Amino acid sequence: MATPIEMPKLSDTMEEGVLSAWLMDEGDQVSAGDILAQVETDKATMDLEAFDEGVLLKKVIDEGDSVPIGQLIAVIGEEGEDISDLLGGEDGDDSAAADAEAATDEAEEEAEDTPDTTEPSADTEEVVEEPSGDGQLRERTPEPVPAGTDAEGRRIKASPLARRIAQEHDVDLARVDGSGPEGRIVRRDVEARIEEGEPAPPPEREERAPEPAPQPTAEAPTYELPDDEAPYASEDISQMRKTIARRLAQSKYSAPHFYLTVDIDVEDAVALREDLNELAEEQGRAKISFNDLITKSCALALKDHPYVNAAYLPDEGEIRKYNRVHMGIAVAIDEGLITPVVRDADRKGLTEIARETRELAERARSRDLEPEEFEGATFTTSNLGMFGIEEFTAIINPPNSAILAIGEIRDTPVVEDGEVVPGKRMKVTLSCDHRVVDGATGAQFLDSVRSYLEEPMNLLL
Amino acid sequence: MADDSLASESASGLNGSSDEGTGFPEDFPHTARLKQAGVTTLDGLRDVDSLEDLKGIGPTYAKEIAEALERYDADESGGTTTEKRSSPLSGDGAAEDEPEGPWTQQSIEIPEGPIEETVSFDTYPAGQFSHDELGFSDDEVVDLLRSMLLQRRFENRCRQMYQRQKISGFLHLYIGQEAVSTGSVSAVDLGDDSIITAYRDHGMGLAMGMTPEECMGELFGKSTGCSKGKGGSMHFFDAEKRMMGGHAIVGAHLPLGAGIAFAHKYRGEDNVCLCFFGDGAMHQGAFREACNLAGIYELPIVFICENNQYAMGTAVDRAFSKPDLFKHGYNFDFPCSLASGMDVFSVNKAVRDHVENYARKGQPSMLEVRTYRYQGHSITDPAEYRAANELDQRKSEDAIARLQQYIVDRGIATDSDIDAIDEEAEQKVVDAIDAADAAPFPDEEAIYDDVYTQEDYPFIA
Amino acid sequence: MATLQFREALRAAMTEEMERDDDIFLIGEEVAEYDGAYKVSKGMLDQFGSRRVIDSPISELGFAGLGIGAAMNGLRPIVEFMTFNFSFVAFDQVINNAPNMQYMSGGQFTVPIVFRGPNGAAGQLGATHSNSTEALYSTFPGLKVVAPSIPDDGKGLLKTAIRDDDPVVFLESELMYGMKDEVSDAEDYTIPIGSARVAREGDDVTIVAHSKSYHIAMDAADELEERGYEAEVIDPRTIKPLDIETIVESVVKTNRLVVIDESNPFASVASEVTHQVQDRAFDYLDAPILRVTAPDTPAPYAPNLMDAYMPGVDETVDKCLQVLYAK
Repeated sequence: MATPIEMPKLSDTMEEGVLSAWLMDEGDQVSAGDILAQVETDKATMDLEAFDEGVLLKKVIDEGDSVPIGQLIAVIGEEGEDISDLLGGEDGDDSAAADAEAATDEAEEEAEDTPDTTEPSADTEEVVEEPSGDGQLRERTPEPVPAGTDAEGRRIKASPLARRIAQEHDVDLARVDGSGPEGRIVRRDVEARIEEGEPAPPPEREERAPEPAPQPTAEAPTYELPDDEAPYASEDISQMRKTIARRLAQSKYSAPHFYLTVDIDVEDAVALREDLNELAEEQGRAKISFNDLITKSCALALKDHPYVNAAYLPDEGEIRKYNRVHMGIAVAIDEGLITPVVRDADRKGLTEIARETRELAERARSRDLEPEEFEGATFTTSNLGMFGIEEFTAIINPPNSAILAIGEIRDTPVVEDGEVVPGKRMKVTLSCDHRVVDGATGAQFLDSVRSYLEEPMNLLL
Repeated sequence: MADDSLASESASGLNGSSDEGTGFPEDFPHTARLKQAGVTTLDGLRDVDSLEDLKGIGPTYAKEIAEALERYDADESGGTTTEKRSSPLSGDGAAEDEPEGPWTQQSIEIPEGPIEETVSFDTYPAGQFSHDELGFSDDEVVDLLRSMLLQRRFENRCRQMYQRQKISGFLHLYIGQEAVSTGSVSAVDLGDDSIITAYRDHGMGLAMGMTPEECMGELFGKSTGCSKGKGGSMHFFDAEKRMMGGHAIVGAHLPLGAGIAFAHKYRGEDNVCLCFFGDGAMHQGAFREACNLAGIYELPIVFICENNQYAMGTAVDRAFSKPDLFKHGYNFDFPCSLASGMDVFSVNKAVRDHVENYARKGQPSMLEVRTYRYQGHSITDPAEYRAANELDQRKSEDAIARLQQYIVDRGIATDSDIDAIDEEAEQKVVDAIDAADAAPFPDEEAIYDDVYTQEDYPFIA
Repeated sequence: MATLQFREALRAAMTEEMERDDDIFLIGEEVAEYDGAYKVSKGMLDQFGSRRVIDSPISELGFAGLGIGAAMNGLRPIVEFMTFNFSFVAFDQVINNAPNMQYMSGGQFTVPIVFRGPNGAAGQLGATHSNSTEALYSTFPGLKVVAPSIPDDGKGLLKTAIRDDDPVVFLESELMYGMKDEVSDAEDYTIPIGSARVAREGDDVTIVAHSKSYHIAMDAADELEERGYEAEVIDPRTIKPLDIETIVESVVKTNRLVVIDESNPFASVASEVTHQVQDRAFDYLDAPILRVTAPDTPAPYAPNLMDAYMPGVDETVDKCLQVLYAK
């Protein structure tokens, strides 16, 4: 019976091996102990030894090929034996061989099917990490007062026991004065409140008043543990959350991030946007958001900084610099977030960018995007300015080499000609994949973005 | 004669010179060899013209013997500078050394002149012993071969199973050293005497009669394993066979060996403990402590250094200031000897002599067995630290090949008989693999089993 | 009841057990001819002879390992460390061989052994001779750790430890060996491992303390009583397994807990008690759990520094008043 030879595990950390040299040829007689080939592992070059006798019927992989542990690399058997089962994947007994063969086929197909393309390959669900809106600067939403805080929004300090007693007696902790350190509400404070008589404790809970009879004997314990009170709510992890988790973890772990922040004077850009929108209203065209200005600025800057519009692709052994500029714009939706893509943003006018962005964002929220509408970004922006975030750092949306995190536009005193005057500023932070983008490269790109935004008339050219 | 106890110490070989009939003084070197060569008295020795011409005596021994004779003659003539005290290593025990009380009996009167010691160490080279003189029947010789072949086939398949990821973790193979386990086990009362060894323990377990099924099951991490899948490669145990464990911290099991021997003696049993360890273990303080305790409590233990030439990747002579490892036991007044590990009969004879030495003199002893591991330290070690051709040279002295040749030369069995035995061993191992493959992993609850004997132990959740 | 010193109670335990079972032997430095460095084994050589009461050289790694090997081969050794500071040179044996053997052998070999000797600081001995090892040894599954505070518990628990089929680390104290107290002379007097003792009942605050610290707890409870507070004092007696049920039951009543532990504070027994109580009785706590421990430093020599180093009654009272919101 033919014996499949699979890529062996030759070190404790090995995941795949390179077949560096075949030492025997097809048709050679093999004895147990013969060295068939040499395999380069992550640690050393080791011998691939035969453990069975027979004839080397088939070398499945070539010298230089790298295959994972367990993949079929050769078959030993009797002269003339039919091994198509092993090679063709029919053998239920040895699924490793079948898988290996299938994998090889797939790889070949893939190689054929993948033409030279400047399109980035991306997963079907293209997502980035930060929630975002459509780029419009908005009024901050007033925060609702969450439970456990007082009228001024400060967290109420109370001991766990005091909280429990208060809950059992419907006592509002916000109306209890704490006598403990730093105003902590403790048992005696809640009890004092209850004694004051408002509201009356529910009678059926009286037995659970917090003074159990002292029973320090070795009898079975009679205290109640709060097992029956669910301490959390469970929710299944959605497919989208899984994708977000996987892709962003992969990005953060494999792409060494560094961060560059620049504070941009946006006084002129804000003014320009107002002018343009007045005009747009008159002419019935789409209004332009500030984010659209940023999209356009980045798109133009990317044309001059090809490494920021690039991808580090270790499996292909290359850095891919894209010839076209496709801007991913992170949009928060109920289930998570998604990144619709404005294609060729460098070639589109502001009005076109504004219209397209708004339409994509709306369809993103109604989960109506086609895959090609969220795949293939070459650069991504994420805007949390509308939440009053001054600045933040974003995780790169793989396989991009950078992402721009956009903070709020804020009124701030600035020094101009030695005088403090009111100014409008916006902080943006570029996260860079250091495998592609070096510090100076990133800084130069940011400088270009700043130039466009500080002299926004250039965006109209 | 100087009257002090420091003047001289001596150690003698296992065969000692307590035997008055030899006509040699107690501490005279190489008397066993001299006897073999037909020289039985000092006078006879004085009559020999050229010592080097005697069978079994090389130039080094000849020189040592001549020097000893000269020293002895000088002593006899009254110019003594050395004197031997009654040695615990010869005669019928250490009764004379029994202290009168807890007070010290050591002298601090320092003798004049250099203090000289005369020591001899018995040797057990390959090819010196035949099965009939050791009392083995023809069938028993075939059993020895069967045991050694089973170990080799087992270890070879272990490599394959590691490469197929059926076996994980550390895996240290015994290939090349099979004569040591088989030779030793066949020299003791299996099931009554105790054996403890280090982490390269598969060969010892199999030689002691552990089944390939329970051993392979353990390596596969299955519930059918000898340790129910909770020990792994380095922790084989068999209470019934008195296989007291493979132990994985280098040197840490030597004091255990002393304790096992202690219990034998405490209960008044006639049994011994063979305590195997590698050359590397002798660097640990545990070696010294175990030897010293064994010496002062006169424990029934044989310390057997299985010197396979490398402690992981460090050659024995790079790591020892005194690479004659058998001599280290002399520091504890042990009889010490040196045997070839490439001949199962040499090992067997040596171990028998050491065991018998305890029976006769009630003293622990040390045996160095020189052997060689064909594989690297562990499965992932390509052993690149070896000299070119070193492995081939050692393989030419292979213990299994030697025994096969012996069997054929003596007409005990034919080549085809031997092939059949080999195939049978191979089949046992293949069956063991199938059984291990089919066996279940331990239940998850088993993680809490055998931590404590107390059945209701309250584990922290 | 007889009035015995702590050392006499321990000796009584060993002697009674050795009279009962020939498989038990005592080995350690100076246990035989010298009658024990702290006279715990005084007279035992005369009673049992040198076969069963065995002087060892200064070779802790060696004789600890010898004990484990003997236990694997059916005996029940009592291994005395002159102090547990010296157990560190035998650490591998105590933590790697004794507790793992049963597990690694799939239950084929058990290690019924007692490692005993004094633990913790004992006056101005300097840093190397003042280590507290209870948290350390408690971290290794397979070991049991016992630390009695009074002679009666010492006797009852040591007898149980010797009979236990699991390895037991039995922690005593040089400073308590001379302490005299009532000890049961009931025949076959044993106390189960893993059960705490409620030494004093009270409703206001729970104090958990073992070994020497227990006596600080009792003094602190007296002082608190003078101030009108009733402290409940619990001596866990066994560190591992810990009788957390008894402690939680008390905290549910008092809603406050102070733990005294003369060890250094990080990852100490006090840390573990604190964690388990917040885990099981969070909603019954009216105050943070406070600890009284040695500082996070080596033990000093100078007498004033050593006084400051050791947990004391004043500090304990102070911490209790804090959790009572009475300060």
